[in-house]
Amino acid sequence: MLLRHTPTEIKERKALTVNPAKTCQPIGAMYASLGIHGCLPHSHGSQGCYAYHRSALTRHFKEPVVAATSAFTEGASVFGGQANLLQSIDNIFTVYNPDVIAVHTTCLSETIGDDIPQIVAKARADGKAPAGKYIIHANTPSYVGSHVTGYSNMVKAMVDYFATSTGAKTKAVNLIPGFVEPSDMAEIQRIAEVMGVPYIMFPDTSKVLNGPLTGKYKMFPEGGTTIEDLHMTGDSKGTIALGRTGAMAAARALDSKCKVPCEILDLPIGLQGTDAFVDKLRLMAGVNVPDVLNLERGQLVDCISDWHQYLYGKRVGVVGDPDQVLALTKFLVSLDMKPVHIVSGSPAGKKYVKALEEVVADIGEEVNIKVPGDMLLFHQWIKNDPVDLIIGNTYCKYIAKDEDIPMVRHGFPIYDRMGHSYFSTMGYRGAMRLMEQILGVLMDRQDRDATDITMELVM
Amino acid sequence: MAEAAKDLSTEKVTLDNLDPEEVKARIMAKYPPKVARKRSKQFVINKVGEDGKTPVINANVRTVPGLMGQRGCCYAGCKGVVLGPTRDIINITHGPIGCGFYSWLTRRNQTDPESTPDGHNFMTYCFSTDMQDEEIIFGGEKKLKQAIQEAYDNFKPKAIAVFSTCPVGLIGDDVHSVCREMKEKLGINIFGFSCEGYKGVSQSAGHHIANNGIFKHVVGLDDTIKEGKYRINLLGEYNIGGDAFEIERIFDKCGITQVAAYSGNSSIDAFANSHTADLNCIMCHRSINYVAEMMETKFGVPWIKVNFIGAEATAKSLRKIAQYFGEQELIDKVEEVIAEELPEVEAACAEVRPRTEGKRAMLFVGGSRAHHYQELFGELGMKTLSAGYEFGHRDDYEGRKVLPDIKVDADSRNIEELTIEKDPERFNPRISEERKAELENSGFEFNDYDGMMPEMPDGAMVIDDLSQWETDQLIKIFKPDLFCAGIKEKYTVQKHGIPLKQLHSYDYGGPYAGFKGAINFYHEIDRMVNSRVWEYMKAPWDKNPELAATYACD
Repeated sequence: MLLRHTPTEIKERKALTVNPAKTCQPIGAMYASLGIHGCLPHSHGSQGCYAYHRSALTRHFKEPVVAATSAFTEGASVFGGQANLLQSIDNIFTVYNPDVIAVHTTCLSETIGDDIPQIVAKARADGKAPAGKYIIHANTPSYVGSHVTGYSNMVKAMVDYFATSTGAKTKAVNLIPGFVEPSDMAEIQRIAEVMGVPYIMFPDTSKVLNGPLTGKYKMFPEGGTTIEDLHMTGDSKGTIALGRTGAMAAARALDSKCKVPCEILDLPIGLQGTDAFVDKLRLMAGVNVPDVLNLERGQLVDCISDWHQYLYGKRVGVVGDPDQVLALTKFLVSLDMKPVHIVSGSPAGKKYVKALEEVVADIGEEVNIKVPGDMLLFHQWIKNDPVDLIIGNTYCKYIAKDEDIPMVRHGFPIYDRMGHSYFSTMGYRGAMRLMEQILGVLMDRQDRDATDITMELVM
Repeated sequence: MAEAAKDLSTEKVTLDNLDPEEVKARIMAKYPPKVARKRSKQFVINKVGEDGKTPVINANVRTVPGLMGQRGCCYAGCKGVVLGPTRDIINITHGPIGCGFYSWLTRRNQTDPESTPDGHNFMTYCFSTDMQDEEIIFGGEKKLKQAIQEAYDNFKPKAIAVFSTCPVGLIGDDVHSVCREMKEKLGINIFGFSCEGYKGVSQSAGHHIANNGIFKHVVGLDDTIKEGKYRINLLGEYNIGGDAFEIERIFDKCGITQVAAYSGNSSIDAFANSHTADLNCIMCHRSINYVAEMMETKFGVPWIKVNFIGAEATAKSLRKIAQYFGEQELIDKVEEVIAEELPEVEAACAEVRPRTEGKRAMLFVGGSRAHHYQELFGELGMKTLSAGYEFGHRDDYEGRKVLPDIKVDADSRNIEELTIEKDPERFNPRISEERKAELENSGFEFNDYDGMMPEMPDGAMVIDDLSQWETDQLIKIFKPDLFCAGIKEKYTVQKHGIPLKQLHSYDYGGPYAGFKGAINFYHEIDRMVNSRVWEYMKAPWDKNPELAATYACD
């Protein structure tokens, strides 16, 4: 048994988190920064954080993840990290020459209270930041929220630093994806493209964290939202933010800074989630939904009807980031499945929990929900009330193996499988992929459990 | 005479037909002058004198901000490296969630819970106080106390350790007094580590802090002399990918008793009893030499350096252990085991070697493997062009002979040095002065490590705390056949079209230690340097882009 000490008896824990279903802010900020073209993320703290964040993202994407660090020593931790950041800025522009340095902070620099804009101003005054080069920042204290908060803070910083309103509106729609895969970002863009909607997506990690092997390493890959586009977000006719915890802050900031009206939607996972996105995009841009999307939608509905018998009534445990968990839960319910244990590690507020409760209100089962909760509790619930399927990140495989339950990997991090960064689980096609993954593990299980007599050739 | 010597010293060495000094100058030219001066001292062209002396390298100094190196922090060295692999201690990270999360199962320290009767194994769990802003403001001691209580209530462990992260030191939480209080209350061993990430300049400080803590709170608690002949401890072997299992297999076969391992496949009870062993064998000198030194001072257990990476090195280390005990029975048994194991290794090597012969490698790994693995590459006929550590000290590079010359700088001065004294009752010299002198006269080395540089050829580049810029340049200039480093470097290097072997995680394979490990390693390196994938990078239309070519047959 991998998790041999997990007690079946659930005792309330107030102080000890065991097997977290979240991680800390700066990694989200680092990920968001990588979605700007020509940007080098910079971690203002001691170097352990940056090493861990780069490693975690690298393990997830199997791609280079560049970032720099202020490399605090004990002295800097007491007297402030100004000298470290100034030296970083000088070295980074001299040696690596990015267009933008996106600075985020850690619990160290936040606790001592370093003032990043003041240090950056000094760097400019000292001539350490060449003309035409940008330094942006977001405060990302690790002791507040989670990695999704960090992502949200850095995306908002893109608005704070770059969005400008020239007064002349364009026809573009801003698309802010949440903390999602590069493949998801590409799928959302594809939908906008087939609908003929001009758009600016930010951040955009497609072609950054799922790039090609050509024999020529590029520290700043082809992808990423350009600075020019980030400037122009202030002139767009509207913004669609996908996911409240990951994308809403930036959309609201853009509204108040540049008067770009925004709509906040769930992540476009599953039929209704994608419907809502397509419909909103249609109305905002004033376009018709093209045949290709109607076809895809119809194919998804067709798949749901074709495979319904294998999904109906199946009990599911879902754990992950709030935006994903909410959208996934809706999709599962729409497939007549029963998400009965739901955990997210990130704090997401009472409204969020209420929204989740509404989604599962009529599935005919009592549902366990804990936000923020951890994966020890999730496992305890499963021990007490088993499920047919677990959906969550790689760490779930320890539960899945111990309890012998089929599992679909979804969310962050996925350290042990290929696919997530290339094949989206968003949009109608992504929903079909999700179904394929779910059906794959459920039907493999049926085959495994079948006797020689009950084995089915055709399913 | 004098002139001849001068000629020798100015003799040009080449590296891969290039002038290494010129290469170095080219790489340094990109840096701002102050940075170039500093990095130049950490970027050394090797030259071994007749007395084994090498050029001085600057090491264990602060990281240059913004250069993108490989290093992690003190917490990683303490919790992640040294104490993470002990399965039956509940390790609570006191801090915000990240540190605990990232060190959760990401180092591949295998463990076998069935090897201790209670079967405890907490390594698959991540325990954290998950500090929030209110703890930053009002202090986190209360929450830590409660967390320890909850860990006890839910899991009933026999020990709990607490690891401090960056903010803990700043806000002034006294983890040690909390641990003392809870130890008294719960009646199990509970101890804390002040391994805040900003301490020292790298993981290395964390090793030292972990060594001190384990020595203070655990070593010596159990004086039972357990059964077994030739009783040793294996120090600085973390059982990545099952390395320690393979070494244990060999020990068993030889009749050598392993009392404790620090800390691959380890248990706290074995640490408590480890001072009863008769010899400490050190694999990773950097991370664990402190415990060995302290154990010798307090209990009289001598230590030797061993290396189980590479078949020859393994044989040599086994012979060294046998020579120490000096009993014919063991000496014969060791020879028998070597004779039994080596043919299979040699056959595998002979099979692979024609495909690896002459290939060139670069190794930049932690504080130990960049040296040890050169032995394995040597067995494959491969050449090391360049090597370096993230956080080695000068003694790891140049050998312990330079220890008296090392100055502790301001950044590392606050790492505690324990004052250890001879235990009045339990000190027991394991070997007589005469026997020791006799062994030493025959070339046997106690308490010694010669370091990496004396074993590297002249002209090889030895680089401490390698940066991303230097990595890219080395690859562009030399196009090595294989680069060895870690996960952060892996895909960057591979985008250049050069395979990267992870020598931290072994790319999820292993073991690589011992005899069976050597065989695994040979096959793995053969696979990597001879993979077909590196031929696919150019599309056919890029190889022959002229459209006109298609009309050539018209």
